[in-house]
Amino acid sequence: MKKKNTILLSTPYGLWMLGFTIIPLLMVVGYGLTSRSDGSFTLDNIRLIASPENRRALWLSVRLSLLSTLFCLLIAYPLAMVLRNMKFKSNSLLVMLFIMPMWINSLLRIVAWQNILERKGVLNTLLQFLHLPAVNIINSPAAIVLGMVYDFLPFMILPLYNTLVKIDENVINAAHDLGAGNFHTFTRIIFPLSIPGVISGITMVFVPSLTTFVISDILGGSKVLLIGNVIEQQFQKLANWHSGSGLSLVLMLFVLLSMALVAKYDKGEGSANVW
Amino acid sequence: MKFKNARCFTALSISFFLALSGCGDGGEGDDSDLLHGGDDGDAFSLTATGSYKAGENGDVYVYNWGEYIDERVIDIFEKDTGIRVHYNYFEENEDMYPIVATGAAKYDVVCPSDYMIQKMIDEELLLPLNYDNIPNISNIDPEYLKSAENFDPGNLYSVPYCWGTVGILYNKTMVDEPIDSWGVLFDEKYSQEILMINSVRDAFMIALEYLGYSQNTTNEAELDEALELLQKQYPLVQAYVVDQVRDKMIGEEAALGVIYSGEAIYTQRENENLVYVVPKEGSNVWIDSWVIPKTAQNKENAEAWINFLCRADVALANFNYITYSTPNKAARELIEDEDIRNSEIAFPGSEILERCETFRYLGEEAEAMYLNKWNQRGGN
Repeated sequence: MKKKNTILLSTPYGLWMLGFTIIPLLMVVGYGLTSRSDGSFTLDNIRLIASPENRRALWLSVRLSLLSTLFCLLIAYPLAMVLRNMKFKSNSLLVMLFIMPMWINSLLRIVAWQNILERKGVLNTLLQFLHLPAVNIINSPAAIVLGMVYDFLPFMILPLYNTLVKIDENVINAAHDLGAGNFHTFTRIIFPLSIPGVISGITMVFVPSLTTFVISDILGGSKVLLIGNVIEQQFQKLANWHSGSGLSLVLMLFVLLSMALVAKYDKGEGSANVW
Repeated sequence: MKFKNARCFTALSISFFLALSGCGDGGEGDDSDLLHGGDDGDAFSLTATGSYKAGENGDVYVYNWGEYIDERVIDIFEKDTGIRVHYNYFEENEDMYPIVATGAAKYDVVCPSDYMIQKMIDEELLLPLNYDNIPNISNIDPEYLKSAENFDPGNLYSVPYCWGTVGILYNKTMVDEPIDSWGVLFDEKYSQEILMINSVRDAFMIALEYLGYSQNTTNEAELDEALELLQKQYPLVQAYVVDQVRDKMIGEEAALGVIYSGEAIYTQRENENLVYVVPKEGSNVWIDSWVIPKTAQNKENAEAWINFLCRADVALANFNYITYSTPNKAARELIEDEDIRNSEIAFPGSEILERCETFRYLGEEAEAMYLNKWNQRGGN
């Protein structure tokens, strides 16, 4: 009886996943592994990644995404610690404040950054008024990393905060009782216990950073070509779904790798295994 | 143009900061003018004559470029004909193509550019027009119908809507020499002052014309030479843009930008230091035309739409709003502002047009080769 209920309750999501995840995924695989001209099996679409400019775009994407993930972690972890240690009830309000940027359309936020960073934008107007030297990072990888960090920071804060807040105060008190200082308590107790949050935060930031094309388009002035832009071009400019899918499959490989990393550390989190 | 609202938003924050610092020049906050149509000096006498309710006589599904119509015209069409208009935008021909080609959405009337129309005709995606339903075609200057035959022989499938050239927009206070050649876009003197166009064919057109080759070449050696030039240009370019060039040039972010002629008139209204020129080496002239896709379900309504847009007063209203050149002879005669009617930008003389060419569709393989080379512009 219980089992029957589980199946019944998970049917809506199951149908959803079938229609909007599994079938599209199979289509990507199908397009990616067939030729545009005659539909026969081919690895040519995958091989496209080996061309120098595509390899360069992929490598640059990986580096920029790693950088943005690192910055997000460095900003979010201390913040999540502070939020955890706040002893009054308003910390949920504070959490809300940090995720509030997500209420605004992400395209709008990125265009706003463009206006801020432009050569005669808000930032430089202000700096000029204060007789400070102008900052010129628009249309460079630095601007893209800034955009990624700004856009994806909430995805790092939330999982970190959620794991940190779940750590039992008694565990920390026990560490103190046994003579551990704050430093040791952190490195040997708190941080290891927060690893699942760190890992899922990293995935939640790394994956969208790796696949973005909007941020690099707007803040990079199309001077910086990321793998997301290359894939977008295959669909938009060439209307070639086969090559676009092939490249997506390569990108998916990187995503799968990071998911594997999560699965390795995320065991025993009590996630129900349905389907 | 999808960024316009965002611009308004950030313009607000900019004016806030400028107010703080007490040095506002008011240059940035003017986007709202767009919403009212640029030039209202030209009295707009267009009113609906019919009193139908929209939808009474069916629907028409229209797919057009963003910011490419005076939206008042849509209301009047609905009242005059009783046909409800469902209006959607695209930003580039290449965005529109897969949607129409796969029939993902069934549009009745679409407005692609020349080479795209040629491709769609080749692939049998279009329906021939019934000119009995489009008597206003007589308002269109035969000269443009003739140039449209380059991509649509016999004018079987398309009716010209707007046309223009590609050229350089420069800020005369930021350059100190006469600008008349594509060469300035490759000149180190203007490093970081150049806004290059982020459109594969247009960008190669510039390099190819500068080198003296055809903009429709499929000769790989010529393309490689053009690519070499674009690679040398890469470090000099501030950004590769399409729609954004307009706001950036108005805001004096750069000295030189590649722009479509129709945008030039608008930018000059906003910043009088801007000058538009079609370089002496030659350039691209393009025509955007209305066509009816094979998947259309309301063909007669689509023809009514095309016919309506060919009306002189309607074409004039659109011209005043979007400032792209109109092939509508009758509308041009109605333009009251003499400077505009005789503007070299809106209506370039034959000596300019003689050195311009239209794009032809080059086939899948060549298109992929162009894009592939374009992506190599940043070096390896």
